[in-house]
Amino acid sequence: MNVGLFIPCYIDQFYPNAAIATLKLLQKLGVKVSYPIHQTCCGQPMANSGFEHLTTGCNELFIKNFAEFDYIVSPSGSCVLHVKEHLHSHEEEEKAQGVRKKVYELTEFLTDILKVDKLTARFPHKVGVHQSCHGQRGLKMSQMTELVAEPFSKPMQLLQMVQDLELVELSRPDECCGFGGTFCVAEEAISVKMGKDRVADHVNHGAQYITAADMSCLMHMEGILRRQNSQVKVLHIAEILNAEEV
Amino acid sequence: MNSRAQILSRIKENQPELSSLPADLTAPLQYPDPVEVFSTVLSNIGGTTVPVKSYEEIQQYIKTQFADQKRIISTIPELSAVTEAGWEGQDPHSYEDIDIAVIRAHFGVAENAALWVTEELMQQRVIPFICQQLAVVVQRKDICSNMHEAYAKVADAVYGFGTFIAGPSKTADIEQSLVLGAHGPKNMTVFILEMAKD
Amino acid sequence: MSTGTKDHAGLADIFNEDEARVDWHDETLWFVRAKRDKAAHTLPEWEALRENASKIKDNVLSNLHDYLLQFEAKAQQNGITVHWAADAKEHNEIVTSILKAQSVTRIVKSKSMLTEECHLNEHLQQNGIEVIDTDLGERIVQLAEEPPSHIVLPCIHKKKEEIGELFHEHLGTPQGESDPQFLTAAARVHLREKFLTRKAAITGVNFAIAETGEFVVCTNEGNADMGAHLADVHIACMGIEKIIPKRKHLAVFLRLLARSATGQPITTYSSHFNKPRAGQEMHLVLVDNGRTKQLGRADFRNSLKCIRCGACMNTCPVYRRSGGHSYHTAIAGPIGSILAPNLDMKEYADLPFASTLCGSCTNVCPVKINIHEQLYKWRQVIVKEGYADKKKAVAMKAMEFTLSHPFVYKNAGKAGRWVIKHAPFMVNNNLNLWYKQREMPEPPKQSFSEWYKKNNNE
Repeated sequence: MNVGLFIPCYIDQFYPNAAIATLKLLQKLGVKVSYPIHQTCCGQPMANSGFEHLTTGCNELFIKNFAEFDYIVSPSGSCVLHVKEHLHSHEEEEKAQGVRKKVYELTEFLTDILKVDKLTARFPHKVGVHQSCHGQRGLKMSQMTELVAEPFSKPMQLLQMVQDLELVELSRPDECCGFGGTFCVAEEAISVKMGKDRVADHVNHGAQYITAADMSCLMHMEGILRRQNSQVKVLHIAEILNAEEV
Repeated sequence: MNSRAQILSRIKENQPELSSLPADLTAPLQYPDPVEVFSTVLSNIGGTTVPVKSYEEIQQYIKTQFADQKRIISTIPELSAVTEAGWEGQDPHSYEDIDIAVIRAHFGVAENAALWVTEELMQQRVIPFICQQLAVVVQRKDICSNMHEAYAKVADAVYGFGTFIAGPSKTADIEQSLVLGAHGPKNMTVFILEMAKD
Repeated sequence: MSTGTKDHAGLADIFNEDEARVDWHDETLWFVRAKRDKAAHTLPEWEALRENASKIKDNVLSNLHDYLLQFEAKAQQNGITVHWAADAKEHNEIVTSILKAQSVTRIVKSKSMLTEECHLNEHLQQNGIEVIDTDLGERIVQLAEEPPSHIVLPCIHKKKEEIGELFHEHLGTPQGESDPQFLTAAARVHLREKFLTRKAAITGVNFAIAETGEFVVCTNEGNADMGAHLADVHIACMGIEKIIPKRKHLAVFLRLLARSATGQPITTYSSHFNKPRAGQEMHLVLVDNGRTKQLGRADFRNSLKCIRCGACMNTCPVYRRSGGHSYHTAIAGPIGSILAPNLDMKEYADLPFASTLCGSCTNVCPVKINIHEQLYKWRQVIVKEGYADKKKAVAMKAMEFTLSHPFVYKNAGKAGRWVIKHAPFMVNNNLNLWYKQREMPEPPKQSFSEWYKKNNNE
């Protein structure tokens, strides 16, 4: 199995540890992973701002970088959803379609393709899970509280395999954090208020760490936590699933 | 082109290709004991059920429980002994001072405690709305489980006006605080009648 | 985005100046969302019911022409006078002329979002006709001279103390009295007098049945019925999309409507108006006002399936924290944001952007409108039609260039520098807006690609 690692631009530049943990975790699970070095971005920031028509270059580049892999895996549910829903090509639509089908967010790749049922990780802390909307409602990585349907959660299923990790329950298990891409500056007041409320739910329930399968939500919440001088930290789920803390 | 023609022609131009109606929902929720569910739901929405075996029992209830009420009217002949005579057929505004109206319902629905009442059971359309308290008599055998069954019962009945009534008039417009008696009845009593012969 | 003074972000900023109030507003509406969840979970067939409702509405939109004709014919047979209005102006003129023909100068009106959309009250007042809104919430905002902030809970933005103050001023209740029970009782007395003295009543319409020509009005307070059954003239106003094919389909919609709206199993009154009562005039106004245009927009037509339950507002994390008035349109929240640009794309260009696209609205919608996908699609349309901020367009072009050229991207600077300035969230170098209440992540010593080059021999 040949896996192409898709690391979104802001993870590449701000959160290399999340990317390194993703790579190492996949390697630990016996997967052959390559990182196409000329990748940049999925184009979502432009598309969500109404400029999808400007994403042609990004799309062609993405296809060039990733079309040959069996699977494409990324530690960002939001970027994966964008590729799944909006990647098209003028010249090579068939290849684009192939990419859309084989792109996976990390945790769903672990549960659905690798069918991971045990991990060697240990993380002796209280952890709150932030269900990022694009992962949850878009990729259906967890059941949504709005629906009358059986509950499940792929990220939690994996976190439960981590030794000594304690999950905290939240008052609102799947409320949006307010990042929303360009929304975070275009609607600054609401974005921050949503972030503060989300963070408070975790903090009030005793979380020491907030984790998610989407680094962008975490970056936003981290910004708020640090402004509040909080001791609570954010950590990408890959870093917990790959944790070897003793 | 007048507006009617203009609207219709634009719809014809713009409506998508015909998509067919879905099949009716299969197996909607049914309750083993619809009457019990009805009573629970009614109590949750601010009403009271009173099981009775006869109209005499209802008369008795009215005489004792509503003793202090001045104006009690009913559309039910069996209750004429305890209710006002000759009230019918007046200007609807004149019913403004009715304290209690007792009417019959065709049937009740367990899932939401709604009762189906049509114009001929009200005598005047405004009656169940303008009274201070509403009491409705429904046969125990006429309580169904859900709204699909309810509309199967209504079928293609002809009526000038019909309404589902579920509990007393209410509002929560002020800070989501529930208050009974917004404009219409402040409470609702449902007599569930099970005659000995039934 | 809207260049006027009334854009969503600006209005939301003002709303957020009082954080305690935002918390209160958010909690109040979240409480309604929680009640909706509880009600939905009482029905194992909930999702099948939504699917059924969605399919029925698809059928309606695909056969609207014939259903309207069928409805009109039946309603006329039943003794209802049917009118057609191409737009808000014509709707208002029709209503006014019906009232003038009867020399009516004072009327009562129950809740109708359509009449809000058409600004009927202003029109009537300009024509010397006094309108009293009889839904308690609507009466409150009317006294406050504000529009409703929510389609189901019109004064959800008001605190009981403020309502007490209004009632003291207008209804003479004791100063400082703010008990909801007391205030509701005072409104009951105040409005009963109006019901008893007004000769004409306007109501909205929740559903109109093509098969029978009847229309259904749902209220909890009973105000639509009090108005209609006491008035000599009843005028019901509806958008053309309110048609449903058969009477039995009401079972589906009445099961969904109140559960989605407030968590009640059904509204207190679901009144079916088939014929005028003896001696009464009953009019029904069918209104287009942009609906046929929306019907022609393949990506947006199913916004017309909306049954106005308000569930998308209650669940929307943005609505809960910005208030209904921040949407500066009659129908606020997610559904309003996909309806309004159809009416005026320039005026409402900001609304599709007032969302994180979290998708909760789509999940609660009882007729399964893909609201968040339509928000995304409206963004594309608004940009293409030239209603986007010019500076933003320039920034996006620069971003496009860099992100399509890996060497430009990699050479744009050391770790973090390019992203900080340009992407994915720093449109227009709005770093100050990020920084206002948040810290930036600390740039690491090396980016992942730099680490990868060193640690993997590629």
